[in-house]
Amino acid sequence: MRDVLGAFLTVIIGLAVLAGILGGLYALTRFLPGAWRERGQVAVFLVPTLFLVFAGLFVPAIRTIWVSFLDDPGKKFVGFDNYEEIFSGPSTRLTVFNSFTWVVIGTALVVVVGLAIARYADGMRGERVAKSLIFIPAAISLAGAGIVWRFIYAGPPFEVGLLNQATKAIPGLPVSLGGDGQRLWLVERDIGGLTPPDSAPGLNTFLLIVIFIWASSGLATVIFSAAIKGVPESLIEAAKVDGATSRQAFYKVTLPYIRATIVTVSTLTAIGGLKAFDIVASTTGGNFGTSTIANDFYRIYFVQGRNGFGSAFAVLLFLLVIPVVVMNRRAQVRAGEMLA
Amino acid sequence: MSAINPGLDPSVAAEPIAVPPVVADGALPSEKVVDAAMGGGEPMGRSVSVALSSRGGRYIVYALVLFWTIPTFGLLASSVRPENEVKTSGWWEMFIRPKFTLDNYESVLSSSPSGGNLGHFFFNSLKITVPAVIISIGIGALAAYAFSWMKFKGRDWLFVGVVAMLVVPLQMAIIPLLRLITGGAHIGSFTIFPYLHLNNKVAAVWVAHTCFGLPFCIFILKNFVSSLPKEIIEAARVDGAGHLTVFLRLVVPLSVPALASLAIFQFMWIWNDLLIGIVFAGPDNRPVVAKLVEVSGTYGQSWHLLTAAAFVSMAVPLVVFFALQRYFVRGLLAGAVKG
Repeated sequence: MRDVLGAFLTVIIGLAVLAGILGGLYALTRFLPGAWRERGQVAVFLVPTLFLVFAGLFVPAIRTIWVSFLDDPGKKFVGFDNYEEIFSGPSTRLTVFNSFTWVVIGTALVVVVGLAIARYADGMRGERVAKSLIFIPAAISLAGAGIVWRFIYAGPPFEVGLLNQATKAIPGLPVSLGGDGQRLWLVERDIGGLTPPDSAPGLNTFLLIVIFIWASSGLATVIFSAAIKGVPESLIEAAKVDGATSRQAFYKVTLPYIRATIVTVSTLTAIGGLKAFDIVASTTGGNFGTSTIANDFYRIYFVQGRNGFGSAFAVLLFLLVIPVVVMNRRAQVRAGEMLA
Repeated sequence: MSAINPGLDPSVAAEPIAVPPVVADGALPSEKVVDAAMGGGEPMGRSVSVALSSRGGRYIVYALVLFWTIPTFGLLASSVRPENEVKTSGWWEMFIRPKFTLDNYESVLSSSPSGGNLGHFFFNSLKITVPAVIISIGIGALAAYAFSWMKFKGRDWLFVGVVAMLVVPLQMAIIPLLRLITGGAHIGSFTIFPYLHLNNKVAAVWVAHTCFGLPFCIFILKNFVSSLPKEIIEAARVDGAGHLTVFLRLVVPLSVPALASLAIFQFMWIWNDLLIGIVFAGPDNRPVVAKLVEVSGTYGQSWHLLTAAAFVSMAVPLVVFFALQRYFVRGLLAGAVKG
């Protein structure tokens, strides 16, 4: 109880101090002459933001770029060595390949699932309930989602992982696909007995991507639903009068109409996939060849303490986000022109 | 409102300030759009022939819903089963041999040496989340007002600069920000930014969340605040109301829908965050999500405890989700539009 009261007090005091400082500064602007008074007020309104964004985001980002060109103790300028190391080491190459897989497979499937639910649940009885249920994973943390799925992928000595139970129940499934119910799904990389090369993602990475799809599809569904219901009825009716089936109307009218939305959802999902850290950290911790760029960043910087090399991962993440955002902008503009 | 009402042009003051219509084409999605997103087909007045569902499609939806629901349900079911049952049989067997207990929750919440003390970390999350939401939205609202209704040179450029920070991933800025908080900034022996002794303090987490959340908050709020009716705000200014008065008495009350949606969105985001929690909070004031990941290692095969711990960390987001789904969806849609 004391703990709670203490916390409550800390919070109140913290907020009061903050409001007090700003209020005090604002009051002081009254003593400023004419034009300076307005400027002073602008400053009070904007200084907290500009300070936090500048000192907390802008300068740090520049600094990270700079540090990524230094060696790990931060003493020597090493040019692109850290970046070269990412692309030459087998384990970090796998990391990059994994992230790429997250983005491509994850995004594609999230869009497909989101569209499927938005389309097929449209006007169905219980639509609201169905969408709510699909949406629940979007409310819990990605780390929590990882724990939820660890329970499903669990293998021996834990006997009752749901996936193992399911594969065991399928007659004739080879042991390499869990036919005996003993597979360690998050550890084993082979796909039905075929082991991928060291720098290519294994089955366990795909299973982590399933978690990502599970966690991200709710958002896609919600956004697609809003877009699909925004398609003018007259367009679809006109298509139907012309003899189009529901399916044709969907592919020829609805999909092109909501193109911009599809691009937006793809962008959001792709960026989410690039930043995949929570799911990996709460399931495999990046072991067994499942690491991603965001996870390696954390592991190499905070666990191994390698500043320069770790920063290079952060910058790589940034560099990969940019083209996604640019492609999004372009596609948005194009979609806008098409409609105009 | 009373302080500025006497001076207001009566025709403006008499105008009912009905919030949703005022902002219908503002930054926030309308009620109708939120309804559509959540699956309220009927209120849209759509004819059956236009609806896309079909029998085959229905089965696809049922299958997906099942696939989407079972994992969470399985976790919840396992968390209320006795340790022995969890270890020897799948949760689906509880339908045959129903045995329930709250022991798992008791052990993860208890502060005894063998317990997980998760109750403590649960409060940490509240301690982190509530102020961080208030601070980021408060500061964001001030900036949104300045960017919308104050006149100064370079205003648009500054706004673009702030919003451009949206593309900077957390990871890019997190380490230097941590250094700034834990050591200040110096050039040689000259201190540019003092060392504030915030190491591992909860205030450090507030600052971090505020920095990383601000561009988004400002983006959403600026769109909304700048779409408020110009006449009302200018009338108040002409009648001598200062910026602070206009902000507190007009803009904030009119922006309640946007502030509420954004607050819920931010709340979920901060509560569910892992990276900032483990990097900025000390071992003792970590948020519950970070603690969950930590115990997921030490609990190893203690699945009965892990399930309960996971649910403790999800309880608040789930309650918020079910109670305030509309606002959450609205916040999400507004966020998605940013592209």
